[in-house]
Amino acid sequence: MTYARRAWIVFYKDLLVERRSKDQTNALLFFCLLLLFVFQFALGPDRDRLAAALPGLLWLGFILAGLLALGRSFLAERENDCWEGLRLTPGDKSAIYLGKLAGNCVLMSAVEVVLVVLFGVFYNVDLWTPAAPLAVVLALGTIGLASVGTLFAAMTTQLRARELLFPVLLLPVQVPVLLATVSATQALLLGQPLGDVAHWLKLLAGADAVYLTIGLLTFEFVLEG
Amino acid sequence: MIAAQDLRKTYGPTLVLDGVSFTLAPGQCLALLGPNGAGKTTLLRLLATLLRPTSGSLQVGGIDAVREPDRVRPLLGVVAHGSYVYEDLTARENLRFWETMRGGEASPARLAAALAQVELDAVADERVRTFSAGMKRRLGLARVLLAQARVLLLDEPFTGLDRRGQKWVNEFLLAFKAGGGTAVLATHSFGGGLAVADRIGILGQGRLLLDRPAADLSSEELYRLYESLTEAAEAAP
Repeated sequence: MTYARRAWIVFYKDLLVERRSKDQTNALLFFCLLLLFVFQFALGPDRDRLAAALPGLLWLGFILAGLLALGRSFLAERENDCWEGLRLTPGDKSAIYLGKLAGNCVLMSAVEVVLVVLFGVFYNVDLWTPAAPLAVVLALGTIGLASVGTLFAAMTTQLRARELLFPVLLLPVQVPVLLATVSATQALLLGQPLGDVAHWLKLLAGADAVYLTIGLLTFEFVLEG
Repeated sequence: MIAAQDLRKTYGPTLVLDGVSFTLAPGQCLALLGPNGAGKTTLLRLLATLLRPTSGSLQVGGIDAVREPDRVRPLLGVVAHGSYVYEDLTARENLRFWETMRGGEASPARLAAALAQVELDAVADERVRTFSAGMKRRLGLARVLLAQARVLLLDEPFTGLDRRGQKWVNEFLLAFKAGGGTAVLATHSFGGGLAVADRIGILGQGRLLLDRPAADLSSEELYRLYESLTEAAEAAP
């Protein structure tokens, strides 16, 4: 019970701080818009080219926004030595990881919804019909990205070169997640049912389980530095 | 309550603490004086279990703090430079957060009582971002009050405080000691904290150059000893 309360209060605190400061939300929304403009200029008006590139672009957008959001997720803890305060709290430190992860998932999901809507509007693509199966892929992909991202953000937050190290560490580990999400998204946008991408979903679920377990088991060592 | 024996800490080839030993009984306060770089913050971080000593032993409340830091941490109240406050939370929300993280009871009545005790009840629902340094320090002390810490570790608690704030912290420390608490405070100024200290220690070049009862030292003598001991330590090879 105490474990769940501790995870919940970290999650609640992160959302409250973000709602008040809007540090990440504003920057991410602006970033999403910029990204869409860049993609639009890069691809031009060719519909076939766009259809082929869309799943990759969608996930490239999620990854880039995720790198921004996740990389900053422990900045509040650096202020006023709160990181030390968290180290001094008794009990299982993985509750902190779980709370942080939940907060990151909510923030990333919000960004993903905005990006999907903007993609639909900007490129005149029907993303509504495959919305439900797409949501499953997005949810699994987000957990995979956020579970490693939260751990690596904690590892690099005290380092001077954290902006450089964070993506360098994160992106190679994300290869299975990216491979599965892009392939599954492509199939779903082509109108295939969710059952046809079951193998990709299994890979995603497996990767999520592995990343989540590693995060829960190792976070205490990362926090203690 | 605290028994430190021959504590040494090195960072690579740099020796930061060199064989520091002292004991502190419940209800006692040790004021650690020393110039910048003397090792005061390192010693406090060792006592807080935030660092592991390179060698030596440390017992807090009869528990080996080096081997079992998790058992020692519930006894500790740490007020460091940053006071562990989230700027975008209110004072009340900060206390609720830290008390829940500690596994304690964060009831509205307890939070209100702690805020009243540190005279922050009038601004309990204002964001900490609007607080002065002194108010943040008091909020840090409210967190310690809620945690019912038995050992209080304060790093430069008087920095940024006006005379009223310094008096307030002194009164807080007196009440804490009267309740049987043990306190260690590190400071580089002679201005605050010495009035409530039972023992005064002078750190220089990582060594505890002096550890004497405060009652045995007049301010003039303390100042003279501080100058001569720290200069001699700096001159030593």
